[in-house]
Amino acid sequence: MKEKPPVIDIRDVNFRYDRENVLERINLSIPKGSFVGLVGPNGSGKSTLLKIILGLLKAKEGYVELFGVPQDKFKEWDRIGFVSQKANSFNTGFPATVFEVVMGGLVKKMGLFRRPGSKEKEAVEQAVRAVGMESFLTRNIGDLSGGQQQRVFIARAIVSNPSVLILDEPTVGVDSQNVESFYHMLTHLNQDLGMTLLLVTHDIGAITDKVTHVACLNKYLHFHGSMQQFVELDEQELSDLYGHGIRLLDHHHDH
Amino acid sequence: MIEAIFTYEFLQNAFLSGAIIGIIAPLLGAFIVVRRLSLIADALSHVTLSGIAAGLLLGQTFPVLSAVNPLYFGMVFSVGGSLLVERLRNVYKHYQELAIPIMMSGGIGLGVILISIANGFNTDLFSYLFGSVSAVSRNDLYAVIGISLIVLVTVYLLYKELFVLSFDEEYAKASGIPSKAVHLAFIILTALVIAVSMRIVGVLLVSALMTLPVAAAMRIAKGFKQTIWLSVLFGEVSVIAGLISAFYLDLAPGGTIVVTSIIILLGVIFWKKEKN
Repeated sequence: MKEKPPVIDIRDVNFRYDRENVLERINLSIPKGSFVGLVGPNGSGKSTLLKIILGLLKAKEGYVELFGVPQDKFKEWDRIGFVSQKANSFNTGFPATVFEVVMGGLVKKMGLFRRPGSKEKEAVEQAVRAVGMESFLTRNIGDLSGGQQQRVFIARAIVSNPSVLILDEPTVGVDSQNVESFYHMLTHLNQDLGMTLLLVTHDIGAITDKVTHVACLNKYLHFHGSMQQFVELDEQELSDLYGHGIRLLDHHHDH
Repeated sequence: MIEAIFTYEFLQNAFLSGAIIGIIAPLLGAFIVVRRLSLIADALSHVTLSGIAAGLLLGQTFPVLSAVNPLYFGMVFSVGGSLLVERLRNVYKHYQELAIPIMMSGGIGLGVILISIANGFNTDLFSYLFGSVSAVSRNDLYAVIGISLIVLVTVYLLYKELFVLSFDEEYAKASGIPSKAVHLAFIILTALVIAVSMRIVGVLLVSALMTLPVAAAMRIAKGFKQTIWLSVLFGEVSVIAGLISAFYLDLAPGGTIVVTSIIILLGVIFWKKEKN
């Protein structure tokens, strides 16, 4: 039996801004149904790599395949849900209700010139229920807390029922009490609904007990494998990867 | 007043044009304000002025062209200006707002030169600057109706794309919405609406009709649709009240319309403050 192609397949990708190389020889494949944590310090090229996957940036060299289709021929963008860093993606004063924001996630799927009907409204309500925000449907997004807003953005990302969900530092700006229930929700999407997840974070400790695979990025991809393999690395190998001492299971930083 | 409207064609033209502009200017304005493009509307109106001046000058120099409504020259300049703004915003990626003073001063500079060449064609200019109750022709009215139909149909068809693009441009691009094309359509519509609105509110105040009603609506609206409806309501009240007072007090309607919308804005801000 032929194996299913990986959801995302990146081969020999290089990227540079002006003269500075940001990514070199990146090879990464995301298997279907996995929960991959992409970790790396600030400035390691994580966001750049995401933008390349999403087609927002073009790799100078290399090759990206989505669902077995070369990226420049890929059309089914509604199969990929994306949740960006909350802070820089929208202005908080924007007068839009939770319902309107989540409906935005169906725009591409509906196609040009079509207007939402009862089917779309139901999908929105269902997605909002899945993230536990159903009692906020008619509230303005700007009136919600950071954690609530991020839930709404997850709802927007999953409303089109994508097979893969990409999250860029989703817990930045979310208070620590809500981070745990936020990850709980992600695990539910991955295990119960079979959604493939690619989560980008600089905080590896926060995700070690949740993800199935880890990729460590710092210009080069230093490690890529299952969580099992990752925890078997010793202290020295880890700090080679990450540049400084890290703790795997304790993610409560002392400040 | 009602009787006068039935009697005089010029009043019909002014009030019908005004009533329509009162809808479409705040409608587009809602998107303009949330996308932080308010000043672009201002820049385009100044470019439109140089188009009008070019039209008047050409009409003066070549009598054949005097039959062409200068408004159409204004539209051409405005649309051209809107495309140029986009180019400039790409040239100065990190200082995108620079595009605005460049266009604004360029528009006025060119306009002033054209006006000087024509020895300041006294007649119409004042009405183009500040609007007029008496200078709106049947022809102008037809232009307003035509442009408005285009605007209403386009916004109706592209509403969801425009909303997503306004709310979160990065997301719109990431999800594969043709954001460049949608943005282009939007900026051209804006240019056209500015050009036709000028007859009523004037070059210098046209952007006010696109932003002030929205500024008021945003204070109290729940959601974006409600923001649009309230903006249109406030815009319509401003235009009608402004035109009526301009007619009775013999004032330039640009001024009365804008002052009315400022009063509404202050009222809303004050009411919201009291409520809390």
